[in-house]
Amino acid sequence: MSLIKLANVSLGYNKPILKGVNMEIEPGDFICIVGPNGSGKSTLIKSILGLIKPLKGKIIFENIAPNFIGYMPQETKVDANFPASVSEIVLSGALNKKGFLSFYDKSDVLSMEKSLSLLGITSLKDKCFNQLSGGQRQKVLLARSLVSTNKMLILDEPSNNLDSKSKKELYEILKDLNENHGITVLMVTHDLDHGNLLGNKILSLREDDIFFGPTTEFIRRIHNDK
Amino acid sequence: MINEILAIFTHSFMLRALIIGTLISLSSSLIGSTLVLKRNSTIGDGLSHVAFGAFAVATVLNLSPLEFSLPIVIIVSIFLLKLNESSKIHGDSAIALIATSALALGTFVISIKSGVNTDINSYLFGSILSIGNKELIATIILTVFVIILFICSYNKIFALTFDERYAKSIGIKTGFYNTIIAIICSIVVVLGMRLVGSLLISSLIVFPTLSAMQVSNKFKSVVIYSVIISTLAFIFGLVLSYFLNTPTGSTVVLVNLGLFLVLKTASLIKKD
Repeated sequence: MSLIKLANVSLGYNKPILKGVNMEIEPGDFICIVGPNGSGKSTLIKSILGLIKPLKGKIIFENIAPNFIGYMPQETKVDANFPASVSEIVLSGALNKKGFLSFYDKSDVLSMEKSLSLLGITSLKDKCFNQLSGGQRQKVLLARSLVSTNKMLILDEPSNNLDSKSKKELYEILKDLNENHGITVLMVTHDLDHGNLLGNKILSLREDDIFFGPTTEFIRRIHNDK
Repeated sequence: MINEILAIFTHSFMLRALIIGTLISLSSSLIGSTLVLKRNSTIGDGLSHVAFGAFAVATVLNLSPLEFSLPIVIIVSIFLLKLNESSKIHGDSAIALIATSALALGTFVISIKSGVNTDINSYLFGSILSIGNKELIATIILTVFVIILFICSYNKIFALTFDERYAKSIGIKTGFYNTIIAIICSIVVVLGMRLVGSLLISSLIVFPTLSAMQVSNKFKSVVIYSVIISTLAFIFGLVLSYFLNTPTGSTVVLVNLGLFLVLKTASLIKKD
């Protein structure tokens, strides 16, 4: 039983950036996507989220609907003066359950409060987003994606603009979500050389050499190459 | 004093201007909140110039200005939206190009026909005498539609304004809402320009949101405050223009400017 299956998929905008991708995401996986800039990491996750259509092949969703994946973009280009409170932002994660009428109900508010307390940011609830630090903002956006999903998170270089302390904290949270809350994680990251490898599987995109498999096997490969 | 103010609305043209203006201010401030915060408000400005061009062409061809310009402005609005979304083209410059061309075309055709006459003035700066019952009915329908849309889809409009990519990823039909907002913007521009003029109408879209942002930093309160600010500024400006014998459009815009400056100063003082 898998969540999402990619069978020989080609991805890109007009011409393919990634060709012949085969991967199967299983429940409970923590997959890191690595590779140099321009290797198609962001293209891959945008395709899984349905923001870009595959050029060839199909992305099969077996036990999850694409709009019930929680997504954390690389950076949200928010206007420095954008008036939005943390609760407004986090609640908006619940909109994947709404039709034309987009009112929130009690369960949405509960789910917001749950995800705020899980990330330890309940005290920020009524704060304005543009007054928060980088690490706090990332947590707010993570809380929003947790309101959208209880199955799977996709993160695009979530630690990009964070100092090393916030970075470590974020990774601890993700590990906890994966191990203790049954959330499948798919994360684009640059932080492989930081020593503590995250996750059980790796997708490495390096020109024509696509590797997808257990992290342990990937490490063995790197050592053999050296 | 109050009796004097009430007395001016016994003139039917003043009453009509009051109703249309208040409703247009309400709609313009609602869509203004999302247009300003998505940095799409130049679209409103561009459309007002296009609307002027279309009105001028309609006048020369002896067609009904409202029916002729509405579809044209709507089509251009959708085009401008696509232009702004595409990162390859400089959206701002393209809008300026289209806007000034439409303005030039409008002035050109009018002067060929009859020499520059008062019509141009009334299109550029508005005239409360130029609006009739047709505009009144159209404005009421528009406002009802905008209010229903904002009440039912308010949370989606927030999500789309704050973070369009996330909104799309959780299944919100962002293209659909963007198109609806562009269409509403065109109708607001076409109906509002008769009242305040094509050169001034986009300020009704921009000012209320900017003023409201000085007062609050929650999206919901910004939307609510901008509606209140917009409608009150219009009513005050209209009454003022009657007593001072000044053009309604410019009076309303100056009231909005004054209000913005007061609120901006207050917010700067509060910060210190």
